[in-house]
Amino acid sequence: MSLLEIEGVSKSFGPVNVLHGVDLTVDRGEVVGLVGDNGAGKSTLMKLVTGMYTADAGAISLDGTPILGLPPGERRRMGIEMIYQDLALARQQDVAANIFLGREPTRSILGMRFVDRAAMKRDAQAMIDRLGARLPAINRPVGSFSGGQQQSVAIARALTFEPKIVIMDEPTAALAVREVQGVLDLIRQLKADGIGVILISHRLNDVLSVTDRIVVLNHGRAAANLTTTNTDMAEVVSAIVGGGDMAEAAAHEARG
Amino acid sequence: MTSIEPKSTAPKPSLWARAQLGSIEQLHIRLESLIVLFVLGATMAILSPFFLSVSNFMNILLATSTIGVLAIAATFVLSSGGLDLSLGSVLGLSGVVGAAVAVKLGAPTPIAVAACIGAGAAAGFVNGLIITRAFVPAFIVTLGMLGIARGLALVLSDGRVIYGLPQTMVYLGQGRPFGIPMPVIIFIATAIVTHILLAYTRYGRHTLAIGDNENAARTAGINVEWHRLSLYTLSGALAGLAGLLFATRINSGDPTAGITYELTAITAAIIGGTNLFGGRGSILGTMIGALIMGVLQNGLNLLAVQSYYQQMAIGSVLVLAVFIDQWQVRKESRV
Repeated sequence: MSLLEIEGVSKSFGPVNVLHGVDLTVDRGEVVGLVGDNGAGKSTLMKLVTGMYTADAGAISLDGTPILGLPPGERRRMGIEMIYQDLALARQQDVAANIFLGREPTRSILGMRFVDRAAMKRDAQAMIDRLGARLPAINRPVGSFSGGQQQSVAIARALTFEPKIVIMDEPTAALAVREVQGVLDLIRQLKADGIGVILISHRLNDVLSVTDRIVVLNHGRAAANLTTTNTDMAEVVSAIVGGGDMAEAAAHEARG
Repeated sequence: MTSIEPKSTAPKPSLWARAQLGSIEQLHIRLESLIVLFVLGATMAILSPFFLSVSNFMNILLATSTIGVLAIAATFVLSSGGLDLSLGSVLGLSGVVGAAVAVKLGAPTPIAVAACIGAGAAAGFVNGLIITRAFVPAFIVTLGMLGIARGLALVLSDGRVIYGLPQTMVYLGQGRPFGIPMPVIIFIATAIVTHILLAYTRYGRHTLAIGDNENAARTAGINVEWHRLSLYTLSGALAGLAGLLFATRINSGDPTAGITYELTAITAAIIGGTNLFGGRGSILGTMIGALIMGVLQNGLNLLAVQSYYQQMAIGSVLVLAVFIDQWQVRKESRV
């Protein structure tokens, strides 16, 4: 039994069929790349997993428990975390405040509850250490950090929910080249911790370097399910655009 | 692997840089604003022999108390990314309601005080309700309330000042236990409680988070609408308290009290480091901002500078404060 099992899910918005019976599985400690052209249905599929949308047909289960009927908050408690492209960080607040936003630890003084800054900083630091992320300082506003460092904060935040599976939407899209490796290392760290990862990305070089499997969506169908070690850029690009000789396009992608 | 990457090329942060960071972290203020206050005070002390005296300090605090309480209200709303333009009018309305309940209805002081603050809270609650439930922008809603509250104050008082508050009530504005004016005591007590609320509680931290990134706050499970509603209610209640201080100090409910005070209050909050667009603000900072304005006005009065120039001075300080702040923020973001 896989950690996450998606079986034959369909979704349409009015007359527009976005997903036609997609299958996808993720195991513990497995990194699955989800790729496809714009409009292929990647985001819709992930929103069905997190519970933002309801599926028309099919089944999704986490650890064998069907989750399709559950609200987003319940799914999150069960261990499904999504990191959005915009990261949802409060840029003027520091690292600890962002990691614990909405669940700040408190301590009681004279019967009143105050935010326990010391505990917050300590736990935030521990999470950053566990992740092996590099940040300039934990008490600086995250808005002063680089894109990769902000991504680290968002990942650390997701980790505090003790997730079983983390869905990342274009984590490397807006990063400087030398920062991409840092984020890919963080993904490998999640994998080492036994967390399942779904990586949505247009940067096929990154997908090829960090994933175990690559699922290609094409017009709402899973067009290919490739084992990363047995595939190459040409095959992935070909599946994305729907067949034909894509040597030229693949070479272009490979050059980055 | 360690989390803090040692920067081999960068020098160890200077004492000044560490003090700056420490003051932001521990006191939630910019060190610069405190220095501006001290430099300004020292300058006034050199220029005027009357400046450095206990009674003059009390004068400054007394003159700052009403605006100071309003500025606290402005800080909460602004740091949450909101705006309350109705503060001055709500102050006027509350004073009239408090005076009317005490004088015309002959109610005892505690009830009149509760009516005064309650009237402010009610106006703020209406603001918050329309902003969060009907999705009308805060600028429009509170601009509307600026007119509505002022009009209501004039209607209730028939356009006349309501004189003759009971003695116990006047004590709140004119009493001097241990030689300290009551408004100053109430102002400082309010500042301490609200500083703790904004800086050290989840409520306060969520206020800043909402002002910083409303979506992030919502994603984190914070009930943004409820929070905003409570903030506008708090803002109104504080305007009511300011109305109480104003009315009891002049021993009457004046329906024209507090006109344009909202702008002065917002000025004090911003000089004190509150971000006009939300995400940053502290009550201690706002107190420093209000005191900078108070010291400036008091000092220029002592030096017999025409009051027209005082307005120019405060306007200049406002622009200068935001300039320095922006410059600091840009410097920090280059890390």
